[in-house]
Amino acid sequence: MTIDEFVKRFSEEFDETPVEKFAVGTLFKGLDEWGSLTALSIIAMVDEEFEKRITGADIRNSETIEDLYNLVMSK
Amino acid sequence: MKVFIKAITYHLPENVLTNEKIAGEFPEWTVEKIDKKIGIKQRRVTSEGETASDLSVGAAEKLFAEHDIDRSIVDYLIFVTQSPDYHLPTTACIIQTRLDLPQRLTAIDVNLGCNGFVAGLSLAKAVIIAGQAKNVLLLTGETYSKYLHKRDKSNLTIFGDGAAATLVTTEGIAEVGEFVIGTDGTGADNLIVKTGCARHPLPANDLKFDDFGNPHSSDNLFMDGPAILNYSLESIPQIVEDVLVKNNVIMEEIDLHVYHQANIFLAELERRKLRIPQERYYCNIENVGNTVSSTIPIALRMALDDGTLHSGMKVLSVAQGLGYTWGGMVLYF
Repeated sequence: MTIDEFVKRFSEEFDETPVEKFAVGTLFKGLDEWGSLTALSIIAMVDEEFEKRITGADIRNSETIEDLYNLVMSK
Repeated sequence: MKVFIKAITYHLPENVLTNEKIAGEFPEWTVEKIDKKIGIKQRRVTSEGETASDLSVGAAEKLFAEHDIDRSIVDYLIFVTQSPDYHLPTTACIIQTRLDLPQRLTAIDVNLGCNGFVAGLSLAKAVIIAGQAKNVLLLTGETYSKYLHKRDKSNLTIFGDGAAATLVTTEGIAEVGEFVIGTDGTGADNLIVKTGCARHPLPANDLKFDDFGNPHSSDNLFMDGPAILNYSLESIPQIVEDVLVKNNVIMEEIDLHVYHQANIFLAELERRKLRIPQERYYCNIENVGNTVSSTIPIALRMALDDGTLHSGMKVLSVAQGLGYTWGGMVLYF
């Protein structure tokens, strides 16, 4: 999965945030819709798409969508 | 010797906690959002002074009445709960008297969560095969609502209180197949009420709020959502495979999957991961919530009532729960 595809897939876990708000460098924790449930959705998405596990700490340590992508790819 | 479920029923408290009520108290929630993200529309919660044993006595009385069961035949009572009436004595002893069950009976409490029904049923089967008992009354009752912090907007949407009663004996509606049960105590801290027992008897009064505004307190139920989600998704394929192998059946032979459903979000993830067609996966917690050890017996009864489950079907049931503990079995209806 390319980073652009990852950004698109990441954005699909949000219901209210318009897709144009998502980019490689988006600080996702600053989005109004970000919360514990969207965090769980992202963890589930990574499991489903990559069969890899990211933890709550991984999410806490990531700032941008690119950080998270790099982390997933490194696992 | 073959062991069967003879009858199942359940009992829920009267108070209904709707999504409208939760959304009213938490402006960041909307009814639509709870519906979409959690999938539960309402759950039942006990009132003050109403306990898991009260609900379980209610379920047992209903079981005796509905199926015209003579209570004097019960010779073994298992009460699965993490909300006992007292530290001691054993709540099952109090239930024996309240239900007017024979005194020549073993009465034990089993402290297990979401895996409580599967583990309890495995114990019931074992004592019957060992010749210790002929008619086991298995009660599962839970009231997690009492452990939740009133600002815990996540867990409030998930958990519901409830109880189920199952009679296990040597004939009945479903033969109890083989079990797989497992334990991994490294997960203990990820779903825990830390204080109030022997390790930490006094309240810690350490309430703090996390980055998402969720309360964390040693005096209330704490769930590490990401850790529980990862554990559930990672372990379920192997559990299912182990249960199928032990029962010598293949996935395609399972007519209905009746699993512990933590919430509909997680249930749907697990269903997709296991590639179970929607019509073979029974999902029923929309109006009852996650009743912990009673989700599977409530689902079995609801599936029987609505005609989804009938004689001749093979049912696979799997539960993963706090501890961690997990279990699975095949039931032959």
